[in-house]
Amino acid sequence: MDSATSDTRTPLGASADNGLKIVVVGGFGAGKTTMVRSVSEIRPLNTEETMTQAGEAVDDLSGVHGKTSTTVAFDFGRITLDSRNVLYLFGAPGQERFWFLWDRLFSGTLGAVVLIDTRRIDDSWYAIDRLEKHGTPFIVACNDFGGPPFTPEQIREALDLDPHVPLVTCDARSRESSKLVLITLVEHIQTLYADQARAPRQELV
Amino acid sequence: MSRPGRDDSPDRLYTVTGGRSRSGPDNPFDLVTLVVAECDPVPGMQSEHAAILRLTERPTAVVEIAAELKLPVSITRILLADLQASGRVSARHPRKAAVPDPDILEQVLVGLRNL
Repeated sequence: MDSATSDTRTPLGASADNGLKIVVVGGFGAGKTTMVRSVSEIRPLNTEETMTQAGEAVDDLSGVHGKTSTTVAFDFGRITLDSRNVLYLFGAPGQERFWFLWDRLFSGTLGAVVLIDTRRIDDSWYAIDRLEKHGTPFIVACNDFGGPPFTPEQIREALDLDPHVPLVTCDARSRESSKLVLITLVEHIQTLYADQARAPRQELV
Repeated sequence: MSRPGRDDSPDRLYTVTGGRSRSGPDNPFDLVTLVVAECDPVPGMQSEHAAILRLTERPTAVVEIAAELKLPVSITRILLADLQASGRVSARHPRKAAVPDPDILEQVLVGLRNL
């Protein structure tokens, strides 16, 4: 096999024992791979999953015996957080055909960054809709391509975005900027779950 | 079993796993399960198994193994389940919970801020 590739690998520490996931979702050319590369400690790797759709959480296809095979490729990078926790960052396509894989591949993900190109905002609408339905925490990050500036209000309006969902501008090429996007997401997740933890007790009072 | 070919045809993938193409729902390997070799490769071992044992001398995530071996994730999970069943690798699965552990979230934040 490719023993050459393993020679250049950066191994994890021996005590690493908890893998975590964050997914960067976006349309073609939105900058997913760029963002993954900016913060990853390894050269982003690419892998793929081939799946037959029948019976795989696609209700309207269940019962159809003809197999519909779909291959989805995704990039990923890695960030060692401490001696035990390792964060994997996945760049995933936002198109419709990808979403049936979500449960299988990205279950247990901490949350998602929806990366948008403001010149093609419509590409992101579907991803946001699915994340909301799925209950996956997410934030929206506008990758600054130097196009005509939109106000946050205009972008929220165009995406029909819930006012509680953070919206940030970033430069996916910048490590510092991409890092801030991830920090914003994790802080948002903390807030969400802190609110959820409080809510049931209030109902019981 | 014959040695699998080097091309990426679907036939090769079936050969690699002895005809299985999908890992079952009871396959415990997550994309980010960290796999650790418990032994060295031995002569005559299936080449993919040997490659996995070399890759996992240090903890290595399932998705990294799949990428390095250039195999789909589902095929990789089958190979890993076989290796685990024979005690050749051990698995450190992600701590799954309906709600993330607040301590873990805090550790993630600290780790990100220290980057």
